[in-house]
Amino acid sequence: MTTKLKGAQILCQSLINEGVETIFGFPGGAVLPLYDTLPQYPQLRHILVRHEQAAAHAADAYARVTGKVGVCFATSGPGATNLVTGIANAHLDSVPMVAITGQVARPFIGKDAFQEIDITGITVPITKHSYAVRKAEELGTIIKEAFYIANTGRPGPVLIDIPKDVFDEEANFKYPDTIDLAGYEPTTHGHPLQIKKAAKLINEAKRPVIITGRGIIISKAYSELKELAEKAQIPITYTLLGIGGFPESHVLSFGMLGMHGMAYANLAIDSADLVIAIGMRFDDRATANVSRFATQAQIIHIDIDPAEIGKNLKITVPIVGDCKNVLTELNKLVESQPRVKWIKEIEQLRHDHPSHTIRETEDLIPQYVIRQIYEITKGNATIVTGVGQHQMWSAQHYVYDKPNSLVSSGGLGTMGFELPAGMGAKVGIPNEIVWTIAGDGGFQMTIQELATIVQENIGLKIAIMNNGYLGMVRQWQELFYQRRYVATPLAGPDFLKIADAYGIPAIRVEHKIDVIPAIQKAMDTDGPFLIDFRIEPEENVYPMVAPGASLAEILEEPSKDEASLAGK
Amino acid sequence: MATMKRTLVMLVEDKPGVLNRVTSMIRRRNFNIDSITVGHSVTPGLSRMVISVDGATTAVEQVRKQLDKIIEVVKITDISEENIISRELALIKVESTPDTRAEIVRIATDVYRANVVDFTPESIIIEISGDEDKVNSLIDLLRGFGVIELARTGRIAITRGKLGPLPKTGEEQPKRPKQKKPKHQNN
Repeated sequence: MTTKLKGAQILCQSLINEGVETIFGFPGGAVLPLYDTLPQYPQLRHILVRHEQAAAHAADAYARVTGKVGVCFATSGPGATNLVTGIANAHLDSVPMVAITGQVARPFIGKDAFQEIDITGITVPITKHSYAVRKAEELGTIIKEAFYIANTGRPGPVLIDIPKDVFDEEANFKYPDTIDLAGYEPTTHGHPLQIKKAAKLINEAKRPVIITGRGIIISKAYSELKELAEKAQIPITYTLLGIGGFPESHVLSFGMLGMHGMAYANLAIDSADLVIAIGMRFDDRATANVSRFATQAQIIHIDIDPAEIGKNLKITVPIVGDCKNVLTELNKLVESQPRVKWIKEIEQLRHDHPSHTIRETEDLIPQYVIRQIYEITKGNATIVTGVGQHQMWSAQHYVYDKPNSLVSSGGLGTMGFELPAGMGAKVGIPNEIVWTIAGDGGFQMTIQELATIVQENIGLKIAIMNNGYLGMVRQWQELFYQRRYVATPLAGPDFLKIADAYGIPAIRVEHKIDVIPAIQKAMDTDGPFLIDFRIEPEENVYPMVAPGASLAEILEEPSKDEASLAGK
Repeated sequence: MATMKRTLVMLVEDKPGVLNRVTSMIRRRNFNIDSITVGHSVTPGLSRMVISVDGATTAVEQVRKQLDKIIEVVKITDISEENIISRELALIKVESTPDTRAEIVRIATDVYRANVVDFTPESIIIEISGDEDKVNSLIDLLRGFGVIELARTGRIAITRGKLGPLPKTGEEQPKRPKQKKPKHQNN
């Protein structure tokens, strides 16, 4: 059936056809006709953010927790450019997103009109694809394609730029049933011969290790991964974004690898004779010095993006395909075996290098706080973090047994992600517990979203690891720049007064003894809650691989005596 | 690692912004383009690009795969290892005097089978097509007389034999004249 609709109506109707329920956005001149149309479609919930960057981050986190495409709206010019960080973040972490920006009306394009910016040009390197719409009649097809591209293959953000007068233009509307994209055919099934080769390597390996990334979560290959690990008795380590792909308390889980990974995970990889990399991309934070990464190992790399294979590392057996499909086929060929000797060997590594233990102290240390959040939520929470020390502590000391239970900014490392992402995650899974763990630096980058949280009554729990520093940068200054703390001390603000001003209940915790009651209080309070944890100011993240070092050269937490000798 | 000149042939959808996506990708993956040519392909709606790059095989393969991820790129093939014919066209404006004119024309037409396409008392324009070595060597020879201006198209290439590196994605359109649109040149 074909009906005549305005461009804005075509857009809304197409979004509904794609199953969109929530949009994060901020209005402006170029999108006025769109916003004027929104009330006609009450199925679409619009959440008004306080800055467009937050709209993109919220849509990003919403997509990560729901598996659906996140949608955000912004106006032309500054509205569009404010989305850029959020779009880049989604691009680096392979998150499906459709960003819709207004553009000046067609007669003004190219004239440097008020609030005109070439947003499709700006976002070429950070989008999977983008569209500059020129006619209302194209909109249906474009939106159909955009959602398909965003959420198939390796997911990513797609931007649609729509001129103001296109929203008002009438066109025949019939939502297309099919998609015709000659240049886009993701390979989803692995090549049988390559899978056979991989199975042979796995069956012959003496010391295999699996490394997983976000690909496991995107393709929901949880049970296939578990089957492979258990059947062939292969220990699993994962990247930051791979957390939540495999139950952390499983006996075969060896935790996160990399710069701040578990020492035993890194050491296991260093002594492995086979690395099976699944849905990960050998990021430098995971591999450390790539030329000395897993030097004794042959490498199997399974990824849906062919361009990731061989990009950073020479691969013995590449397999292009969706993790779930490839693992299903691979599991048929992998032999069951006990591998007692190897498991015993790395259990010993775990015993000798207990990176996950938290030191006994009366001080208020962040590791303890995060472990208590785990204990009190019984591991049922979804944890959202920003970037820096609090992010690494959250990765290390919460126990992620629940699938897909960590939302963090990985590739781009975006400070300020935590609050809007926590908001987006909570909107996506309103019946689940969502905690944002923030640093006092990143929190202030998007602090304005407290207003959105209150206006929309989003029941997000917020824990600020407040050390009065840009902690990770300070740690590097301590270790590599002779403790010259340039531009890292942060003075204030009083987060309780801030929370009060926005209307969010909050408490401050300065002593270890108050941690548990505070977290409990947050859990017992309906709606949002904020806790300002005044943690040890110069606490460092350990273990740590120094820049340029290999995974095996991991530094473990110095004992208190060593630390005081070092002048701490 | 040893580098060599490599030739990538692409079929891309004829849409605004495609050239920008291609060059942006090559730039941000830290690659230098020797030349890039864009023109119509045999299939309406698809353009054919030929990109010459200098690089190690593995690095060029990485760029090939990255370019293949661009949605409008329908097909991309590295034809460097194939039996190919590659051509370039150049227009060379050379200073001439009554003393040198005959010699310039002789070199161009007799030795290089090039055409003289413009003649003034002070200058001659020579049109040459051929592989890059041939074009380079004529230009080198003419430098002695004074090259005033030089316009080169960059390399176009095609594989020998019936099978092409790119699939036919539509009806053959033999009537459509082949055109060349030089877009960028970087010697």
